[in-house]
Amino acid sequence: MSSHSGKIRQAFACAFPYTVPIFAGFWFLGLTYGIYMNVSGFPFWYPMVMSLTIFAGSVEFVAVDMLQGAFNPIQALTMTLMINARHLFYGIAMLDRFRGTGWKKPYLIFGMCDESFSINASVRIPPNVDRGWFMFFVTLLNHLYWFTGASLGGIFGSLLTFPTEGLSFVMTAMFVVIFLEQWLKDRDHTPALLGLGLTLLCRLCFGADDFLIPSMLAILAGLTLLRGRREQGGTAV
Amino acid sequence: MTLTEQLITIAMVVLGTMITRFLPFLVFPAGKPTPKYIQYLGKVLPGAVFGLLVVYCLKDVSLLAGSHGLPEAISIALVVAVHLWKRQMLLSIASGTLCYMLLAQLVFTA
Repeated sequence: MSSHSGKIRQAFACAFPYTVPIFAGFWFLGLTYGIYMNVSGFPFWYPMVMSLTIFAGSVEFVAVDMLQGAFNPIQALTMTLMINARHLFYGIAMLDRFRGTGWKKPYLIFGMCDESFSINASVRIPPNVDRGWFMFFVTLLNHLYWFTGASLGGIFGSLLTFPTEGLSFVMTAMFVVIFLEQWLKDRDHTPALLGLGLTLLCRLCFGADDFLIPSMLAILAGLTLLRGRREQGGTAV
Repeated sequence: MTLTEQLITIAMVVLGTMITRFLPFLVFPAGKPTPKYIQYLGKVLPGAVFGLLVVYCLKDVSLLAGSHGLPEAISIALVVAVHLWKRQMLLSIASGTLCYMLLAQLVFTA
């Protein structure tokens, strides 16, 4: 029994340092998210429940916006699928790594946000440390950071004494940075330009309330056509 | 939206997120190659979706009325500049948001 708890403690001690930078980032974004929900008129338990159950930062910001619009569950679902489609590929990458983790596996998959994925996929876990417990603690700690940050923001957001007008720009700034990071990483910028261009076009054609689903369809069609053309041209994708 | 409608919306977001996270473990048996089309989408979809999200954030900006999108344009330019300079995600987000808040509250007051 004592060797079992020793194994758990050792995995925690090994996992914790990797999550410290995530703590800073999640508290900053989580607090802002909670405050943003608060100033958007939602009581504190909204960011609490959402940070606990959704645990996917970017889509949670978008969800604040969706909750203030007209009721459209299909759009909420498709939008989430599009935004989080990248997780499909995290999952594919982790098929082998999560194998044999027992009861922890469903939680590891549930909590596979970008940050947990990047640690769990890249860290070389020392052979004497239990792999399952290591990844479990990485996921749990990140989940906890995000949840506490969002909850504190939601609870104390109403006590803020400075004017918060314009705070919602944090979402725009966040996506501009993510877009830029992706741009710097990609060698081919056609998909990024397609995404910007087609969405802008749909926004102009369909108006601010109805352009999302046409945009997503147009992007999927555009990317599929692009692939067909490239295969004809003989360029490897 | 009523509370029920809000809860359904949140449930849809939870469902969508869970589908993207659990699906690979359900449909792709480990050790078998992933279909080529899925691999292709995995490579090109992120760039396109982040482009969509940037436009989505700006969906209510009007170039013809109000402040003509100027505070947004200035703040985005600052985000890009700070990010290319320091490559520190939080610093870029914080400076752009602060810039926008100052512009919205002090300069472009409605």
